[in-house]
Amino acid sequence: MKRTVPLVITFVVGWVLIFSVFFPYTESLGEDFSVFFDIIASIAFILGGGSLIKMFGAKVIKRQPGWGYALVAIVGFVGTLVVGLLKTGNPEGITGNVLAEGSAIMAVYDYMFKPCGATMFALLAFYVASAAYRAFRAKNTEAVILLVTAFIILFGRTFLGTLATIWLPEQLDFLKIPNIASWIMIVLNQAGNRAIMIGISLGIISTSLKVILGIERSYLGSE
Amino acid sequence: MRIYEKIRDIDRRLIFLLIALAVSLPIIFQISFPEITTPMVKKVFDQIDSMPAGSKVLLAFDYDPASEPELQPMANSLLRHLALRRCKLYFITLWPVGQNMIEDTIKNVLLPEFGEYTYGVDYVNLGFKSGNEGVIKVVQTNLRKLYTTDGRGTAIDKIQMLKDVKSLASMALIVNVSAGYPGLKEWIQYGSDPVGLAIVGGCTAVQAPLLYPYYPNQLIGFMGGIKGAAEYDEILRKNYGDQISQRYKNGLQSWLSTEVGKLRASYTGEQLQQRIAEAQEKYKQKLDSEKKELYLGLFRMGPQAIAHLVIMLLIVTGNVTFFIDRRRRKKKTVSSPPAFLRKQEAGPSE
Amino acid sequence: MLTAFVPRSQARPDAAMLVRIRPPVSPRAFDTPSDAGGCITVRWQLSPDDQPGGKLVEGYGIYRAEEPAGPSAALRVNSFKPIDVVPAGTTEYKDSSTDDAKTYRYRLVALSEFENSEPAETPVAQSSLQLFNLNRLNLLVISIIISGTVIFYIQYLKSGRQTFIRKIAGLEAVDEAIGRATEMGRPILFIPGIQDMNDIQTVAGMIILGRIAKTIAEYDTPIEVPTSRALVMTTAREIVKEAYLAAGRPDAYSDDMIYYLTDEQFGYVAGVNGIMVRKKPAACFYMGAFFAESLILAETGNDIGAIQIAGTAMPAQLPFFIAACDYTLIGEELFAASAYLSGEPKQLGSLKGQDMGKIIAMACILFGVFLATLTSVTGSSAILEVLEWFRSFFSVSA
Repeated sequence: MKRTVPLVITFVVGWVLIFSVFFPYTESLGEDFSVFFDIIASIAFILGGGSLIKMFGAKVIKRQPGWGYALVAIVGFVGTLVVGLLKTGNPEGITGNVLAEGSAIMAVYDYMFKPCGATMFALLAFYVASAAYRAFRAKNTEAVILLVTAFIILFGRTFLGTLATIWLPEQLDFLKIPNIASWIMIVLNQAGNRAIMIGISLGIISTSLKVILGIERSYLGSE
Repeated sequence: MRIYEKIRDIDRRLIFLLIALAVSLPIIFQISFPEITTPMVKKVFDQIDSMPAGSKVLLAFDYDPASEPELQPMANSLLRHLALRRCKLYFITLWPVGQNMIEDTIKNVLLPEFGEYTYGVDYVNLGFKSGNEGVIKVVQTNLRKLYTTDGRGTAIDKIQMLKDVKSLASMALIVNVSAGYPGLKEWIQYGSDPVGLAIVGGCTAVQAPLLYPYYPNQLIGFMGGIKGAAEYDEILRKNYGDQISQRYKNGLQSWLSTEVGKLRASYTGEQLQQRIAEAQEKYKQKLDSEKKELYLGLFRMGPQAIAHLVIMLLIVTGNVTFFIDRRRRKKKTVSSPPAFLRKQEAGPSE
Repeated sequence: MLTAFVPRSQARPDAAMLVRIRPPVSPRAFDTPSDAGGCITVRWQLSPDDQPGGKLVEGYGIYRAEEPAGPSAALRVNSFKPIDVVPAGTTEYKDSSTDDAKTYRYRLVALSEFENSEPAETPVAQSSLQLFNLNRLNLLVISIIISGTVIFYIQYLKSGRQTFIRKIAGLEAVDEAIGRATEMGRPILFIPGIQDMNDIQTVAGMIILGRIAKTIAEYDTPIEVPTSRALVMTTAREIVKEAYLAAGRPDAYSDDMIYYLTDEQFGYVAGVNGIMVRKKPAACFYMGAFFAESLILAETGNDIGAIQIAGTAMPAQLPFFIAACDYTLIGEELFAASAYLSGEPKQLGSLKGQDMGKIIAMACILFGVFLATLTSVTGSSAILEVLEWFRSFFSVSA
């Protein structure tokens, strides 16, 4: 029973949604189902929040290693939730726009959320450098091709790349580094990307079919 | 330890420090470089420039504070250009915090520089709806099914410029700025392509390679990252530089007079003089940094260009040490490393 | 305030310089085909003054009037209301705000900077609902062919026939990674991406987690699965619990192995990075949909010396994973993983079907290239027609 009901639901909904694409009258079914999903996912958030409190709470109470981090997480979670729900400091009151200037939630957003998010994203610059330093080694022919391509793209995206070949006559325009860079992106990269996308689409089709037909059921638990 | 060994086994914190310097110094010294607008970016410009006054344009801002440094420059420039063309603007977002990005952009660009724009008549913020591409699919056929109010809580039917908008097909153009999923790709697949709508936009540099397959048939033109924004800034400055500068100055002027008015109402005597002097100082500062404020893309390209050069330098040194190392290793016999490290055998030990 | 049909420039040029622009030509309105009703398409030919590169016509303004029950010309003239403007060079407009019960008439004017042209009027039109979307017939045919191939091969291998499946290095290394973690007595970290269960990549990640969980349940290797979505957490718990049950060690399972951190992308990355640095997992698996966090995670994993296996169908993140991880499942390999790891014939059949799909795609690409080349070499209009038909067969419209 625990296995059969989900399988039947998957089978029916899967086929209905596939066919709804071809009938204008039922086209909006897909949208309705995505709204259903959002509702379920929102309710599941309570489970997520509960798990967070339980896990990190236990860590703090038992003074497990790293409990200080857990405490910060709990304070952040509960604090943001409370000032958001109660609209603390909101000049328009409890019925006002949650994003109104001057409210505590906006302060959290402006002075914590924004800088923290941007900082994490900015870490990429550092990690790209260290990964590039390690990965781009001319170990073999393929690696040399990769290295040269990376070089052209990087160079083509800087002012020096433009300046380096600006003296070339108009007939040799295609040899200018920014133009070679965009040729690599538009022709070579695009061809590769399309091939990967075709492979991915076929993978999605076959996985979806396996799920809809009930051949793949390990996502419901064991075999 | 020989020099090459030191470089080979470089502490990666040193790499991080180099990058930090490469990024921060150009910011501190406000270094910017000339840009040449590439065809892909020019197509975005031409498309917007061909919009007649009063065209309905959907402006989808699908990004968050994390990607704001990379995408805000293009968002600002696109908005300026659309407002200069006097298009009707319908802001929308599929990202929860996109709502803030929209309001910030309106507050910082539209309100001070385009005072003639009235909310509900010339621009509206439809706000955020969850559901990713599902939202696009719904608005493609029926806007009112999902949107009963705008992002500020006003009923849709009370908003003048939404009266004749039933679905996406009512728009003349979609302009999207996106940091990932859902974003430009989803707007093409579920929004513009099915109804045959024109779409232009911009995305982060990382996302750009994914969008080339859609260009130029399904996606008229697009900008990738800061580089794209800088190129757009360049062409915008060339065509509308004077107008933009004038509007910026007028905006600052009216800000100063409202500010002084406000101060006069709340302070007197010496305190008032001091506050007014402060406001005037701020006004002067903003006036001096006009170019930087108006062409964020051009100025943010400086650090990126230098960082690119530093990364190239790192790759070169990495390879030089790799070759020296390999030549030396050939002379000695080295025991093979464990299987799980196979792929990294040539890399530095970190 | 902006009004759609007021000329843009207030400063009118000298009356002598004013050239009256001409309206668009032969406008017509008809029910938009293959839709759910509520939409009329208006089509016209460009105004003779609307030339490419020309600055005269800036766009077209569209008016609409409901056809009254007792038609009188005078009444009609007054009831036209402006509904939209479109840029110059446009020859089609879809009015998706019509009522199927009413009939409509449209008027088009060409707009210039200084003035509007005389209106051009369409005959009446009415929108209606169509049962089948004929525009998507090609999609139906392609879907049937591809799905049919996959289903055929699943049945084919189910009947006991053998097939060759190439080795996927990343999947061969899974056991090695688990073994290493067990030997070192350190945990395994599994990241199922940052999308929800409605993303097929997350489902593929969950399937791989199920296979990994079986092995770790046998070896009693600790596992950490921080998730960025609550639904993913509940699904993962169910899968891992079942795996422990199947291994006969339900007591070794704990809900604390799988926990929710946050939906916020970079908050999640910060959390996972903290876990990596503190707990130093010996093996890290990244299986699912990833975005900008891919390199931040993988570089941190590299720094702590973990063996790393990644799998994603996000093309933009693949280069980062390939640079920083030991093994990477590229795109379709992520989806192939479950079949590959299970080794069941019916699962392997889906892989074979996928490969056939690729062969069909390649054949179509080659045929298209051949036709296009032939057209440009011979200049034959008959081949061009075939090429155009072939191209349109592979374009999807509403």
